[in-house]
Amino acid sequence: MTETQHQGRVLPVTDLSLVVLVGASGSGKSTFARRHFKPTEVISSDFCRGLVSDDENDQSATRDAFDVLHYIAGKRLAAGRRTVVDATSVQQDSRRQLIELAREHDVLPIAIVLDVPEEVCAERNAARADRAGMPRRVIHRHVRELRRSVRHLEREGFRKVHILRGVDEVEAASVVTERRFNDLTHLTGPFDIIGDVHGCSAELDALLGKLGYTDGVHPDGRTAVFVGDLVDRGPDSPGVLRRVMAMAAAGSALCVPGNHENKYGRYLKGRRVQLTHGLAETVEQMDQESEEFRQRVREFIDGLVSHYVLDGGRLVVCHAGLPEKYHGRTSGRVRSHALYGDTTGETDEFGLPVRYPWAEDYRGRAAVVYGHTPVPEASWLNNTVCLDTGAVFGGKLTALRWPERELVDVPAERVWYEPVKPLREEAPGGRDGRPLDLGDVRGRRAVETRYAGRVAVREENAAAALEVMSRFAVDPRLLPYLPPTMAPTATSRVEGYLEHPAEAFAQYAADGVARVVCEEKHMGSRAVALVCRDADAARGRFGTDRVTGALYTRTGRPFFDDEAVTEEVLGRLRSAVDAAGLWAGLDTDWLLLDAELMPWSLKASGLLRSQYAAVGAASGAVFPGVLAAVTGAAARGVDVAGLLARQRERAADAAAFTDAYRRYCWSTEGLDGVRLAPFQLLAVRGRSLAGLPHDEQLALLDRLVEHDGSGLLQTTRRLYVDTGDPESVRAGVDWWLELTGRGGEGMVVKPVAAQARDPQGRLVQPGIKCRGREYLRIVYGPEYTRPDNLARLRQRFLNHKRSLAIREYALGLEALDRLADAEPLWRVHEAVFAVLALESEPVDPRL
Amino acid sequence: MFLTLGTIGTPERPATDLGFLLHKHPDNAQAFSTSYGTAHVFYPEADARRCTAALLLEVDAVALVRRGKAKGRGGAPDAALAQYVNDRPYAASSLLAVALGNVFSTALRGVCHARPERAAEPLPLRVEVPALPARGGPDLVRNLFEPLGWTVTAEPVALDAEFPEWGDSRYVRLVLESRTLTLAEALRHLYVLLPVLDDAKHYWVAPDEVDKLLRAGEGWLPGHPEQKLIVSRYLSRRWSLTRQAMERLELVRLAEADDSEVEQIDNAVAQETETEEKPAPLAVLRREAILDALRRSAATRVLDLGCGQGQLVQALLKDPSFTEIVGVDVSMRALTIASRRLGLDRMGERQAARVQLFQGSLAYTDKRLKGYDAAVLSEVVEHVDPPRLSALEYAVFGSARPRTVLVTTPNVEYNVRWETLPAGRPRHGDHRFEWTREEFRAWAGAVAGRHGYDVEFGPVGADDPEVGPPTQMAVFTLVAKEAKAA
Repeated sequence: MTETQHQGRVLPVTDLSLVVLVGASGSGKSTFARRHFKPTEVISSDFCRGLVSDDENDQSATRDAFDVLHYIAGKRLAAGRRTVVDATSVQQDSRRQLIELAREHDVLPIAIVLDVPEEVCAERNAARADRAGMPRRVIHRHVRELRRSVRHLEREGFRKVHILRGVDEVEAASVVTERRFNDLTHLTGPFDIIGDVHGCSAELDALLGKLGYTDGVHPDGRTAVFVGDLVDRGPDSPGVLRRVMAMAAAGSALCVPGNHENKYGRYLKGRRVQLTHGLAETVEQMDQESEEFRQRVREFIDGLVSHYVLDGGRLVVCHAGLPEKYHGRTSGRVRSHALYGDTTGETDEFGLPVRYPWAEDYRGRAAVVYGHTPVPEASWLNNTVCLDTGAVFGGKLTALRWPERELVDVPAERVWYEPVKPLREEAPGGRDGRPLDLGDVRGRRAVETRYAGRVAVREENAAAALEVMSRFAVDPRLLPYLPPTMAPTATSRVEGYLEHPAEAFAQYAADGVARVVCEEKHMGSRAVALVCRDADAARGRFGTDRVTGALYTRTGRPFFDDEAVTEEVLGRLRSAVDAAGLWAGLDTDWLLLDAELMPWSLKASGLLRSQYAAVGAASGAVFPGVLAAVTGAAARGVDVAGLLARQRERAADAAAFTDAYRRYCWSTEGLDGVRLAPFQLLAVRGRSLAGLPHDEQLALLDRLVEHDGSGLLQTTRRLYVDTGDPESVRAGVDWWLELTGRGGEGMVVKPVAAQARDPQGRLVQPGIKCRGREYLRIVYGPEYTRPDNLARLRQRFLNHKRSLAIREYALGLEALDRLADAEPLWRVHEAVFAVLALESEPVDPRL
Repeated sequence: MFLTLGTIGTPERPATDLGFLLHKHPDNAQAFSTSYGTAHVFYPEADARRCTAALLLEVDAVALVRRGKAKGRGGAPDAALAQYVNDRPYAASSLLAVALGNVFSTALRGVCHARPERAAEPLPLRVEVPALPARGGPDLVRNLFEPLGWTVTAEPVALDAEFPEWGDSRYVRLVLESRTLTLAEALRHLYVLLPVLDDAKHYWVAPDEVDKLLRAGEGWLPGHPEQKLIVSRYLSRRWSLTRQAMERLELVRLAEADDSEVEQIDNAVAQETETEEKPAPLAVLRREAILDALRRSAATRVLDLGCGQGQLVQALLKDPSFTEIVGVDVSMRALTIASRRLGLDRMGERQAARVQLFQGSLAYTDKRLKGYDAAVLSEVVEHVDPPRLSALEYAVFGSARPRTVLVTTPNVEYNVRWETLPAGRPRHGDHRFEWTREEFRAWAGAVAGRHGYDVEFGPVGADDPEVGPPTQMAVFTLVAKEAKAA
């Protein structure tokens, strides 16, 4: 550091702000900007002039150039980036536009004035080839306008004004970046956020005690955060203020202002305010206090910051809630929203303003904890929670432990103040079936997953998913998961086979997966079962009425049209869970199961009749005649030997096809004959079980099946294979041959460890299916096993299917994790919807 | 794919003359290659008394699956095209008719140089088609062939003998017998009527199909009692080409993923099956009632939620007092048809500025729907599963919140008045429920109460004293806040 820099002025500039450099042409604005700000922070009008006209000095392009400048600055500010405008800005009108821009994006406008003598400016311009022709009067006018403006800058709306006079002061000045007051992202707590106290000092003491504070200090160094409305209505506002101010002064509490403090603060400053809504009580109580205390209260209220962004940006605390675009912003309307919330402009039957349900629209990543609107119970909605549980109205005083997300409350000692209207039955947008927003699923999207990064969804696929989701799916609240598609094993070269387990074992061995489990592939339809302990549990966790869960297909459609049949299946499942003691064993009151429901004919009967049985019927009808005719011709000595042999083979293939599909059909009567084979426990309360190793999974499911008294549940046969041991691999192949030889559909090979990764750290396929030779007739046609057909079919392409399987798998895991973390419904739905959308991507449907 | 064609001879007129007439020697087996596979012609029996020719088309199913280069990845076939498992190798579809036309083209024209006199005269004929796909069943088969002089035996083929509860397949075993037709006539009947009975969607049809039909139908089609059906079905296969092009492959794939048929989910556009359309133009009455109510509410900016094929949007456009008309539907197919119906891409700028169509769903709230004067839900609510009606309710009345909402829905009490509608059956296959007048009023009243609307009810169509009108309408009006505060 040189001497001069030490002596120079230090200009504080807020980290998120719109900095307007004010100075005549040639005053050194660009040089100043270059020296003190990042090149990308600075937008100059000359540069924008060049963009639109190819000439940085073309004055006729000025209007367009400023359009571009405002547009770029707007984009940067919307993204939360400090922006420095390098234009003369000596005219009030041009500055007004910039101030409006700053307000529009809720950032501080800051002016830095470079007041340099006219001669210096002229000299510098003369030295520059492109400005040498600038008339002296232009610079003269700039300087005159600047001098005239300087005194009014603060009144114009600039929140900070730095004026540098003369070349030396400009040269010596330095810029220091300041945090915004509301930016406490560096504080990580842990915090105890406390709802609206309203003068209930006894309840506050009780709550602080329950939270573990002694004399306002927590032994573990926790910080209390008050959401405001400390005063009014209650019995002891001064006591509450005294406690909170002491804690704040000692550094063990933070506080944001509520609308009641704000109003009392204005009263203390001598403004005329109506002594309504409980302010009269505060005024009366405070009149008993000393003048000195009232003065300290006034200063305290004056110093309150509208909201805080805490814990690395994960937590926002304010009084009345705050949409994401206002987080960390600084403007009058941000403060006003933080204090009063948003209203619709309507008033309700009690004459109170109708509040806009901003939390329903909230999609931000930061949790917003607020108060202001009394509700009977604090509950999360879209990552927001209102802690005002009406302590002063005889409700309770509630706190939220952060990051634990635990609610702690104490009951009110009594009704201290009669409410104007009853506490709302439900938190805004709570559990009353309000729908998701289309903006969360529509169009081209990318879903962030923790397992495979961003997964893209194309617009046409989202459109198809929207159609199916809207018209046919079960209630999205009961649809927390959709199963991913599964890739088949690499194509086999073994004679007569298209799929064979040897390739599956080899693929896992190559991926570094040593232990796999082969699970029998059931011959039915995929079904996901959400089963709750009872209707109350369903209501409590999923917010639905009447039902106790759901049973749905791989595209989210209800398995049975009749809700009563679904309930019957869920009832049988529930009895098995009861008997197996799994509620307690898994510490839950609901289970999400992945399963296969049999017979296939139960759901696919339409397809069976129109496609599979039709092929059987047609072939069955045609071949007797064909064979008789060809035999007749042969008997006459016509040379049809080749034709006859081929027709006999084709007839046999067709018969084998008919046998193949018949195995998946049997008649059912009500639920008699219906079987459900669960093969994975996906989730329980607070936990995704997708990572639970498959041997543990199967042990739990075996317990479930054992305790089923209804005959509904069916076990999943399995064999464990060591992919590195040829003996074990051979046993696996034999098992499959035996299984499929008896008419089984095939098997699925999975890494025992469930979520496995390859040596490069990428997710490996969660399962690979090996379908039986006869079953594949249903997929590839009756005659696929003919050598010439097999030769052609072996040229199938698996890569897209594999990639799709991994992407859908990652989305499914993501949905389960979001469910486990009690994330808002739209977050879970986003991932589930994406799975459905991906299912409509083009891929060979026979894979 | 197989059929036999036999005749009975006399000492003067040996049955083996059939070989001359068909231009195929009875002692040889001949093979002809066609674009779908190999056609074989051989004679299971051939002597002076009886002679039968057999046509067997061996379809190459694997080659039939087109390998799309653009669609899918790596040249893999796409969903709708991958039809390995189908009846084409077995059933006597239109492909067999094409083979018949190729292999017996001369005989089809009635030309026979060796036995010209025999070609021109009738002969005893027996045609057997063991697996004939027959949309319309044995009755239609009889109605098509009997007027032409055939004695028809058409026996339905069971879908699967092991599952008698599945009933009959769409195939019949067909035997045709006649003594009054020439061979050429018989072949031309088969050439036209096999594809008509097949009535399948996905077969390629040449652009000169009309000419072919006129030629093959000469002499018998013009007087046929089922002429209209024959022509429309024969040529409808051309229309189905456009239908296929419109098919939403994404939906086909979702149906396949769920082991169901695409018709089960891609059914938003009704194929004019509404019973109600026939006796009275109820749809027209409904639109008039809606327009009346909209004019009374002085709405100028109107949402048509569930606009379907855009009939109401079209009617609204004709009235300049509606300055902004938005049609919303969840079905992309419906929107495509609506857009075509309205001619959106050819519309003048000023008109086009008044109308918008986009995909939306009332299962979700949608910011784009806020701030309109009125919303119409015409025949929409009954397509929503009852557990999801609360979502629709909030999306419309809680979130979009237009000043006026019109809801029309069938009055189920009136269904007894539809003679063609079986008792207890809904008017449309996709109706999840149909309400009585009382049920509708109860729902609408509760909705209005929850969201601050007043509601009035009115009939659409003649108000039957006993069962009420065919369609019921509710008009919801947002209660002005000032009025309430006072």
